[in-house]
Amino acid sequence: MLLRFTYHSVLRLLFVFAACYPFNSMAQDVLVPVLSEGNGSIEDTVPTIASVSERLAGAKLKEVAAIVNELETVGGTQVLPLFQALIDGDLFYTKGDKRIVIAKRIDSSKQYLLKDAISGDELGTVEKKKIRKVKTNNRLRSGIRTTIARLHLFSDDVSLRQGAISNMSEKLTQDNVNLLLQAKQTEKNKSVRASIEVALAMYQLDAGERSEKLAAIGLLKGNLDPTVRNKLATVVESESDKSIAQAAAAALKTIEGKITFYGYLETLFFGLSLGSVLLLVAAGLAITFGVMGVINMAHGEMIMLGAYTTYVIQLLMPNHIALSIFIAIPAAFIVSALFGILIERGVIQFLKGRPLETLLATFGISLILQQFVRSIFSPLNRQVATPEFMSGALEINSVFSITYNRLYILVFALLVFFILQLILKKTSLGLNVRAVSQNRDMAKAMGIRTEWVDALTFGLGSGIAGLAGVALSQITNVGPNLGQAYIIDSFMVVVFGGVGNLWGTLVGGFSLGVLNKFLEPATGAVLAKIIVLVGIILFIQKRPRGLFPQKGRAAE
Amino acid sequence: MSSSLMNKLGHDRQAFLLSDTGSKVFLSLLVIMSLLVIVGNLMIPETSALHISTYTVTLLGKYLCFALLAMSVDVIWGYCGILSLGHGAFFALGGYGMGMYLMRQIGDRGVYGDPLLPDFMVFLNWQELPWFWYGFDQFWFAMLMILLVPGLLAFVFGWLAFRSRVTGVYLSIMTQALTYALLLAFFRNEMGFGGNNGLTDFKDIVGQDLQADSTRVSLFVISAIVLAFAYLLSRWILQSKFGRVIISIRDAEARTRFLGYRTESYKVWLFVYSAVLAGIAGALYVPQVGIINPSEFAPLNSIEVVVWVAVGGRGTLYGAIAGAILVNFAKTRFTAIFPEAWLFALGGLFVVVTVFLPKGIVGLLAKRNKKNNGPDNKVAEADV
Repeated sequence: MLLRFTYHSVLRLLFVFAACYPFNSMAQDVLVPVLSEGNGSIEDTVPTIASVSERLAGAKLKEVAAIVNELETVGGTQVLPLFQALIDGDLFYTKGDKRIVIAKRIDSSKQYLLKDAISGDELGTVEKKKIRKVKTNNRLRSGIRTTIARLHLFSDDVSLRQGAISNMSEKLTQDNVNLLLQAKQTEKNKSVRASIEVALAMYQLDAGERSEKLAAIGLLKGNLDPTVRNKLATVVESESDKSIAQAAAAALKTIEGKITFYGYLETLFFGLSLGSVLLLVAAGLAITFGVMGVINMAHGEMIMLGAYTTYVIQLLMPNHIALSIFIAIPAAFIVSALFGILIERGVIQFLKGRPLETLLATFGISLILQQFVRSIFSPLNRQVATPEFMSGALEINSVFSITYNRLYILVFALLVFFILQLILKKTSLGLNVRAVSQNRDMAKAMGIRTEWVDALTFGLGSGIAGLAGVALSQITNVGPNLGQAYIIDSFMVVVFGGVGNLWGTLVGGFSLGVLNKFLEPATGAVLAKIIVLVGIILFIQKRPRGLFPQKGRAAE
Repeated sequence: MSSSLMNKLGHDRQAFLLSDTGSKVFLSLLVIMSLLVIVGNLMIPETSALHISTYTVTLLGKYLCFALLAMSVDVIWGYCGILSLGHGAFFALGGYGMGMYLMRQIGDRGVYGDPLLPDFMVFLNWQELPWFWYGFDQFWFAMLMILLVPGLLAFVFGWLAFRSRVTGVYLSIMTQALTYALLLAFFRNEMGFGGNNGLTDFKDIVGQDLQADSTRVSLFVISAIVLAFAYLLSRWILQSKFGRVIISIRDAEARTRFLGYRTESYKVWLFVYSAVLAGIAGALYVPQVGIINPSEFAPLNSIEVVVWVAVGGRGTLYGAIAGAILVNFAKTRFTAIFPEAWLFALGGLFVVVTVFLPKGIVGLLAKRNKKNNGPDNKVAEADV
């Protein structure tokens, strides 16, 4: 009994000490928007807050507690920065006009940067002797901390309330629990209510009766929050009551099952993401190789050119990163398409019907383009900045989140794919392309300018490679070897999916991507790639024409 | 080599092999060069202007290995129309075989002084030799493996590919994927081939110090002899009935098949032969340059070999050899004078040769000397 008691008191002491930190960061993160939102109401409330807070100047310790309480009722969330500064020891008043300010020392000099404690206006820098600290002690601080938590917990902002709860559930002191119980009565938002219940259940695991503990475990079952998991794990280890420990273990198992499930979901997403990149890089190839039958080993360099176009456009407009991406998309298409047309007119048209020579010549072109870029931009990798709307992640729960850049690329790849399908199926260019690819002589006899169509088709395929370059610039560094890394992969995708079939490329890209990512955890990235390569080599033995071979007369 | 000429000489193959001008020129050049190197390096003192430095000897030896590699590609590309973009893989495998032998010869003279384990294994904290390193301390075993491993890989790959009639660019891309997969695999430390750094720091070969001039010259001479022998053997194979079928497969595979030949077995065996040649080239290459690492598997290397053959002119064997030596000589000069430009030059070479010189330098010369040579080299004329 005695032992237990001391254990608790020690814990409490620890909590008091440890409490300082997390609140800090939280308060600073969330307060700025609150202040700026509250601007309109400042007009009528400021006088009262100001009059109350003025009394802090030179107040004795005894008086400070009372003033703080008064401030809370008068100011609400608006006095949060002031409270926070008080806890941190940053709250001062100027000796001259007794103004309450938040002062930050500038890099260990004697100068202090002042901000008004209530409005947040910058007041310039002063020397140390011009200001004096508002007195506090530890007891006062812990009181204020509770006050801050209360203010957060009962504020109007849902995210503020959620933040307060998640902070509280990391250290469930009696005060916090009381606050939570209070909040539970009034809380209307469902998800906030649920988090309060989870926090309370975690408290019950420590302090509750047996039945309460079991109920708490029942509630926590399936919750993915890492703090909940840790809590249950400690219960499993340290709980003396076997049935409770067992229940906790079972709950933990359910949670782990869920985590595994989300793990698979995450792998699937990574696979789809890799697949979308493969689809993008292979879609252009599916046109030039699949539809025209031209092996373009310089395809990777078309991707590289697209990526460098993105880089250059970003250099030209460094202040509009988001806009630069949208400009880069058509620009990269045009640059790569022009290079493609140039290659087709300059070299490939002379090698018609000699695929192996085409392969070699275009390989030579790829070497030239690489060296060209290396000479202009240096062989070093370049970083392309990611616009704001593409950075960050969509958090679905605490173990599963989707990064925006990969999500956007997935959407982009599908969009490009469907536009490409539309072009091939619905436009006259598409009709001509299909006609020429099926029977060149007949198409010519019908009056189609086959050379013209060849050049445009090649331009289209290369332009799409340029689009792939824009996408790739968002997930990897841009360098002269960017394209080479993808050329073999993209050929694999086209060959695997079936030459001359865009749907095959879609299915091939996604299935290879997903397969790769599911193999990776078991074998490591390199071995997974090797296994996939060998797998494709074997697959081609079985189905030399790929997953979806072209049928009918056009096949020959 | 008109067919009547061939029939006449069918009885006396030895005479036949040396009958055409290209072969005569090539073999005599090879003999003259070898003699010059022996005399120039070992007999003329270093102070003399006629002295050939050991560096040059090694460089020439390297060229000869590349020439052998190029010839192995020509055997299947020029004569059978199989464009392999993965012959560097067989070359590197042969090289690794030799490298493993040389590694075992280091013994306890390595940095860590372990009598059994090569340095990199000690570095990786391995306790014992992996099973596939056993036997490589024996020269004969290593030589056997140099022939067997590339041959076996080529057999398995070729059997799978040709049986299901993977041809043309598909096959090319598959071979490229093959060497790419091996590149990735050999980069892994866990593979037990020294990972990224490969095998190096060799000390001696069959008891001879690798740094000694005499060893260098011997290696060069051995390379020359092997090249000459391989040239004659390839010629003999390609002029035999087997070779005739191979050429007919190149020109009209379906027709050959309808005539009753199992074209896939012909192709597999030629592929295996070519891979073995490439493996030997790699094995000769490693002791001369003193290192083998995974970058030899890089797809670019394999494609470069193809360009050597294309520059020289495919379907003549000596054309491939000439191409390999010329391009590598140019590469040595270029990378020394202005390295930036080498890739431009190489890339340009690809384009120019394929667009303007489909038969390579040999084809160009043949065109010029048409009157002298008559309608020679039918082989080179047929489009692949």
